[in-house]
Amino acid sequence: MRQIAIYGKGGIGKSTTTQNTVAGLASLGMKVMIVGCDPKADSTRLILHAKAQATVMDLVRDLGTVEDLELGDVLKVGYGNVKCVESGGPEPGVGCAGRGVITAINFLEENGAYTPDLDFVFYDVLGDVVCGGFAMPIRENKAEEIYIVCSGEMMAMYAANNIAKGILKYATTGKVRLGGLICNSRNTDREADLIEALAAKLGTQMIHFVPRDNQVQRAELRRMTVIEYSPEHAQAEEYRTLAKKISENKMLVVPNPLTMDELEELLMEFGIMEADDESVVGVAEAAAQ
Amino acid sequence: MSHEIKTVDGITKESTQEMIDKVLEAYPEKGKKKRAPHLAPNDQASGSACVKSNKKTVPGVMSARGCAYAGAKGVVWGPIRDMVHVSHGPVGCGWYSWGTRRNLVSGINGVNQFAMQFTSDFQEKDVVYGGDKKLATLLKEAKDLFPLAKGISVLSECPVGLIGDDINATAKAASKELDLPIIPCNCEGFRGVSQSLGHHISNDTIRDYIIETREFPEPIGPYDIALIGEYNIGGDAWSTKPLLEECGFNVKAVWTGDGEMEKIAATHQVKLNVIHCYRSMNYMCKVMEEKYGIPWIELNFFGPTKIKESLRKLAELFDDSIKEKVEAVIAKYDPVCQAIIDEVKPRLEGKKVMLYVGGLRPRHTINAYEDLGMVCVGSGYEFAHNDDYDRTASEMPDATVVYDDASEFEMEQFAHVLKPDLIGSGIKEKYLFQKMGIPFRQMHSWDYSGPYHGYKGFPIFARDIDMAVNSPTWNLVKAPF
Repeated sequence: MRQIAIYGKGGIGKSTTTQNTVAGLASLGMKVMIVGCDPKADSTRLILHAKAQATVMDLVRDLGTVEDLELGDVLKVGYGNVKCVESGGPEPGVGCAGRGVITAINFLEENGAYTPDLDFVFYDVLGDVVCGGFAMPIRENKAEEIYIVCSGEMMAMYAANNIAKGILKYATTGKVRLGGLICNSRNTDREADLIEALAAKLGTQMIHFVPRDNQVQRAELRRMTVIEYSPEHAQAEEYRTLAKKISENKMLVVPNPLTMDELEELLMEFGIMEADDESVVGVAEAAAQ
Repeated sequence: MSHEIKTVDGITKESTQEMIDKVLEAYPEKGKKKRAPHLAPNDQASGSACVKSNKKTVPGVMSARGCAYAGAKGVVWGPIRDMVHVSHGPVGCGWYSWGTRRNLVSGINGVNQFAMQFTSDFQEKDVVYGGDKKLATLLKEAKDLFPLAKGISVLSECPVGLIGDDINATAKAASKELDLPIIPCNCEGFRGVSQSLGHHISNDTIRDYIIETREFPEPIGPYDIALIGEYNIGGDAWSTKPLLEECGFNVKAVWTGDGEMEKIAATHQVKLNVIHCYRSMNYMCKVMEEKYGIPWIELNFFGPTKIKESLRKLAELFDDSIKEKVEAVIAKYDPVCQAIIDEVKPRLEGKKVMLYVGGLRPRHTINAYEDLGMVCVGSGYEFAHNDDYDRTASEMPDATVVYDDASEFEMEQFAHVLKPDLIGSGIKEKYLFQKMGIPFRQMHSWDYSGPYHGYKGFPIFARDIDMAVNSPTWNLVKAPF
């Protein structure tokens, strides 16, 4: 069983990419479980064709205690026999979502959710690793492989670099390694080149470049992955390719995170950012010209 | 084992149910519905639980329960004397659990026992930046300061679990670096409904980090046993261990009262596990049975009747030499106990006792009171599970009230109706009943007394109960309201 965690900047498309990739793996005959580690609980919507299945923490809230929870209450099976669990958690601004992730994963472990017949377990984790709770999926005996979803946008790259720092910390105490960057294209300038270069600096690879295509949104509106909605579509083939690449990936590394200066140099190197005029910093574009 | 059906004059299933219904009347509808299954008249003949248990406490009334950390620090890990036990988190949990259970230890402080208060004393910055580094420093300092400690347990308080510090990784790295067993125990107080989960988590950590990591230096003999679930409250183990030795056994390890890490770690070699507190350590008995084929037996060391019964039950598993020794021991101590009973029984005959305690005492002590001529009119546990109540049914008189996770209010109301001559419960209940003018014994810590286990403990138990029940003090107590 390979356990894989997907991280990346908020809104970058982690859940969409994860579910499409998992659907790709399932179509290759793999047995997969998705563990959604996000209080929004939208990591399994496209596989289950419905949001808001009963999450672990929802039921814990109703029952009062996690000990009374049964695995069958929270583990649902969707497209391609993919097993789906959502940790769930509080609404924004209250409580502790990180503890929700810890509680949910402990629960799954203690109740035998990790059956030996599984080929893959995917953890789809909320945005940045803001506290120890969101690092739970990469602790010892959990995910040993991480993929970071990013794009050619500055902040997505910045977030990817930050996540690499987190991986470095856990790599020193455990077996977690970076498997690669998944570029979820935003059609920015020289995007693939840039992410390739970032990957090289981090010591990893861009495992796949997923082009931008509205077919993803069309499928999403129907609560499906592209692979299920339009298996013949070119975009479905992209996800199947990504699935295959992950399945065959042997390049697992301890990343070398960049400093902020190095990251900016990279952007200059690709002509995205201009080196010279410090004078325009903090001045609006129109005023600068 | 068949028991004769015991009854108490004036107590019937109907009268008990009526008393329960009246108590429940005070609750709002939802609370009433939740509490009702936890209160019931005992059905002695059934031999099975009459109440629901191990559920979340109904809020709004004072609970006698503790937390998972309390179960780990106070009960299972804390009593191991030759280890450093670190309360990882803010200072309060460690401080207020320091020595309060009265699990006594032998040895020299700082040399071969470490009954001190170790804490990482979390501050704001540790919550914000994580306490991993502080813990690593602490572990190193503990080893430097106390090089003779046989290991370190890291007992998580609530904030550690909330911020998600990976104490397991820190402990693993430090264990390697310091060449010392370091056991991370994720026993955050908010986990589970009571201290019971803390016992379970601690048993699991003994299974994962301790058992089978040492061997006894001497060859194993046929009479090598371990005493499990004996915490040396007020010196209990110093009564039970010599008693078992007098019966011909070698008690290789005591879990965990006045306990030693290396002996506990080698317990997988013993021939039999004798368990006293089933609730807190049945988990490891079952693990040792499954993994190493070690059978286990539940015994009761309270009061001469149960001691005798227990020793004979134990002897049944061994050869004639043990049986002879056991009979000799019984013959030696029975007359001593009888003399005590002859003295105090006339003063205690027919006196009523209500119990509300923890792991095993609500059932195990009933017969000791009966040895003194007293009668149990109500009993219950703070944190028991169904299997504990199954074991309680046959010990209690028929139709008497059983209460699970009882609130202060319920206990008070029952006391008004049952008019007990003694209540044995905890520190939270103590002053309520003393203000009601009812004699009280703090039966978690033996009320600064003890031991109460074994033949050595019974005279002390009898004296304490006699003094409590027959003290003229309580007749002078009149509440001014």
